[in-house]
Amino acid sequence: MITVLFVAFAAILVVSSLLVILHRNPLTSALFLVLAFCSLAAIYLLLHAEFIGLVQVVVYAGAIMVLFLFVIMYLNLGHDVESGVTLALRRGLGWLLGAVLVAEGALLITGRLAPGPATPQALTAAAAAAPGNTQQVGLLLYSRYLFPFEITSIILLVAMIGAIVIARGLREPAPAEAPAGSAPVTAAAPEEAPGEDA
Amino acid sequence: MIPLSWLLLLSAVLFCIGVVGVLVRRNAIVIFMSIELMLNASNLAFVAFSRHLNSLDGQVFVFFVMTVAAAEVAVGLAIIVNLFRLRETVFVDEINLLKG
Repeated sequence: MITVLFVAFAAILVVSSLLVILHRNPLTSALFLVLAFCSLAAIYLLLHAEFIGLVQVVVYAGAIMVLFLFVIMYLNLGHDVESGVTLALRRGLGWLLGAVLVAEGALLITGRLAPGPATPQALTAAAAAAPGNTQQVGLLLYSRYLFPFEITSIILLVAMIGAIVIARGLREPAPAEAPAGSAPVTAAAPEEAPGEDA
Repeated sequence: MIPLSWLLLLSAVLFCIGVVGVLVRRNAIVIFMSIELMLNASNLAFVAFSRHLNSLDGQVFVFFVMTVAAAEVAVGLAIIVNLFRLRETVFVDEINLLKG
């Protein structure tokens, strides 16, 4: 039963991922990416990674894809379709390189697929007796990985500030450069700067 | 229980789709989506090995990868928005300012 579900979700995942890169409309690509993320979340649930599966839906299919859709609609990219002669050449080259990568992977997987270490039986028994997945991940996250977890918050803060500063645009430097030519006006410039921020 | 090799195969297929997407598309936003696909392929491999080895460390790593992906998407989309304001395009082959 689990195998059948896995194959079904894997098929949805692969087909929708292919449609992400093949569809001409970026808006449709984004919606297929949401479908791909949801089916990947289902695969995580089948693997008994419940916490990761739900975080996948909330963070990826929720937050990140909403950001993508927001930017696509904000820039009004729905009507932009790709075409052109050099594009055909570039696309052919891209497919060729991708085919080489797929061939490499197929060679590795079919040639000498390492079976990997056997599942330790003692750990299996311990995991079966242990509490739920979310609790275990939380315990690990707040004990052994506490320092990386705190670093994560700094990464998010820096990314947030960076995104705001970058997306704010270049309107501010333009008036600041104009009065920079004469010295008396430069003294007045810092007084204007806080006014723009407010 | 799902065999580890199937999961790794699916992860490899997903990663290859992401690489092909980065190579063949020229819309910067779709390229970003392909990068997300590759990150998800690595996440799937992490979860698969976490399941196989009965160790939750892989799932914690997936958590960190998701955080970095969220940060990357926020900054990257801000750059794309700014780029669109400056050049009126998001096609990466029209953004050739550094070309000699």
